[in-house]
Amino acid sequence: MSFADIMYFILPLVIASTVPLALVALGALFSERSGVINIALEGIMIMGGFVGAITIHLLEENAHLPIQTVALIGLLVGAIIGIIFSLLHAFAAINMKANQIISATALNMFAPAFAIFTARIIFGTQRVPIGDSYIITRVPGLASIPIIGDIFFQGAYLSTLLGIFIFIIAVIVLYKTKQGLRLRSCGENPQAADSLGINIYKLRYVGVMVSGALAGMGGVIFVLSFSTSFNATVAGFGFLALAVLIFGNWNPKRIIMAAFFFGFMRVISSTKSVIPFLNDLGLEDEIYLMLPYIATLVVLAFVSKNSAAPRAAGEPYDPGKR
Amino acid sequence: MWEKVKNYLVANALNLNIGFFLFLLVFIIPQFFANNDSILLVIRGLIVATGGGYIFYKLLLFRKNNPNFKPSESKLLVDVAGSIIAILTGLLFGLILMLIVNPGQAFGGFFVILQGGFRNIKSFGDMIYFSVPIILTGLSVAFAFRTGLFNIGATGQLTMGAYAAVYIGVKWGVIGEFSPFLHWLVAILGAIVAGALWGAIPGLLKAYRNVNEVVSSIMLNYVAMYLNTMLIVKYIYNRDFARALAPKSTAVTPLMNLHYLLPNSSVSGGIVVAIVVVIILHIILNKTTFGYELKAVGFNRDASKYAGMNSKRNIVYAMVISGAVAGLAGGLMYLVDGKFLQPLNVLIPEGFTGIAISLLGLSSPFGVLLAGLFYGSLKQGGFYLQLYSFTPEIIDIIIAVIIYASALGLFLQKFVIRAMKKREMLIDQKPEEAVEGSDA
Repeated sequence: MSFADIMYFILPLVIASTVPLALVALGALFSERSGVINIALEGIMIMGGFVGAITIHLLEENAHLPIQTVALIGLLVGAIIGIIFSLLHAFAAINMKANQIISATALNMFAPAFAIFTARIIFGTQRVPIGDSYIITRVPGLASIPIIGDIFFQGAYLSTLLGIFIFIIAVIVLYKTKQGLRLRSCGENPQAADSLGINIYKLRYVGVMVSGALAGMGGVIFVLSFSTSFNATVAGFGFLALAVLIFGNWNPKRIIMAAFFFGFMRVISSTKSVIPFLNDLGLEDEIYLMLPYIATLVVLAFVSKNSAAPRAAGEPYDPGKR
Repeated sequence: MWEKVKNYLVANALNLNIGFFLFLLVFIIPQFFANNDSILLVIRGLIVATGGGYIFYKLLLFRKNNPNFKPSESKLLVDVAGSIIAILTGLLFGLILMLIVNPGQAFGGFFVILQGGFRNIKSFGDMIYFSVPIILTGLSVAFAFRTGLFNIGATGQLTMGAYAAVYIGVKWGVIGEFSPFLHWLVAILGAIVAGALWGAIPGLLKAYRNVNEVVSSIMLNYVAMYLNTMLIVKYIYNRDFARALAPKSTAVTPLMNLHYLLPNSSVSGGIVVAIVVVIILHIILNKTTFGYELKAVGFNRDASKYAGMNSKRNIVYAMVISGAVAGLAGGLMYLVDGKFLQPLNVLIPEGFTGIAISLLGLSSPFGVLLAGLFYGSLKQGGFYLQLYSFTPEIIDIIIAVIIYASALGLFLQKFVIRAMKKREMLIDQKPEEAVEGSDA
């Protein structure tokens, strides 16, 4: 295979894993910028993916809707479930001033158990099957654009394209609007923000709910792009998204790059046998899979001084503190 | 020196005698009556009576020495009550879920969960067997927590420990020919060292680069998971079954005579190791300067530094010990007949359960021991739940709800204190009324 062939083969796959990662990492960014650490992303993704997959499965069997409409409804349901599930974390973290890591761990444990339990009741097995393939072979019009068309609009998923669109909107909201600025202030210096009449509790709820929506949707995107059934797992994508956030230094542009790098490594680990150069290296799959986490650790170790992490993330809001 | 030892022996004569008596009952006597069910039953009864009587005696002594004891002022009692409320919340949630799913069998199933490991002798032994790794990961998380660190990386440390133990168990059979016990001991030490090294990484990063240990240990969990898969396939792979080779029989955890007392169950000497670790950690945390320093650094890093403690070194030590205990959990978990490490790229869930157990056990070693056994009992309940039409995952759901409820600890504590104060006021009022009555 020539270099160009390899690129055309790999890039769509990489983009398919980049988008859910970037979207979920952006969700984590919303939550952390508002001052709540949300490591429950994995659990929220599982819940969103699970209910989304059930919805899609039922619609496939009973309603005769166009296939992409089904996908769209599934994504929406995933987002709504994500919001509802994340409210549990928001309540514990914001109102109850609970330890945010512990309440998130509870959600992470709850989600897969609940998914298996419920799926067994409904389907008899823990797998939720999805019948159709949601790949779009050619997006009319756009696919004929040279290079970009080949990479983005051939053999793409609606969920991927939608994910890119939502990512852009979310970044604009967070960085270019008044509400976005207010939300970010809650994670930096909530006491100062409060003194200016900003409702910290409300905005923190918003931050966590947005992260829930994005993670829930990310779960559905994961199901649609990577498999033909949902098996109570999102393969650690929630935690990987957390790594993306840190590797991306809490900055949307860098989050995209980080997500691309992480997605690239995942794709290489499974496709390296067709790439002559990498095949000659003869490294194990796991080395490529491990690399993103190790890279994040190295970044943490060496640039922690320039970290752009929100200063008040993880602290319950205490109005009496200065 | 001798004077001290003598004084200690005299002062603790009762405790030591009871301890020795229990030791004989558990480890020595049952082997002579291996096939005699009625005598075994008597022995079990004696163990329960001795243990229960001792605890009852201690409680009576406490009441005698503290006549004016007020429950609401005891932090321990309030916390314990909070844990119990969290447990009840979880169980209630499970019951409601079962009622929704299958009302006809819900109460039967719920009773099985409550019965848990206390169903019969076999399930009691199995309960102990399953709770060993859970107790140890719980101890690992609890120890880190007491020193102000959140070790969410117990899974990774456990995985590394498990790999090291199985590797030594498979490859170093030479030691086994020399002495079986030594082979097991070396494998366990390997697990401890591997876990300690894996735990040292987030400790070092925290101490010297100020990296949050939660984030770094999450990353290390996944690195350990992939590393484990890679190393299994490379060195100790059983291609026919797509799993790791079984450790040599000499490396399997010795049964320490426990199978005579609890026949037909999977119980092994692992529980003895776990209890020894509980005692060691209790002593380190509560009776030594070293433990005091570790806790001080956890409370306030700057203040402890000002007081002349080496806060960086202490953070690393705390993580190393925590990692070592989690590694030990991995070793004991996989040095068992019929259990195999698998190259599946899935995080081993016992590490995360440890967080729950540490929380329920109030981060105290003895509390963790009890909470771990409770979890083992629930797990057994989940196993027998399959007799009814429920899946065992309901146990994980209950545990998750219990953690969530205990995360709301502050709220629960206020609730408990209020309830206790109400009761105390009622008790206090009665004698006052009597006094008023006599005045009139």
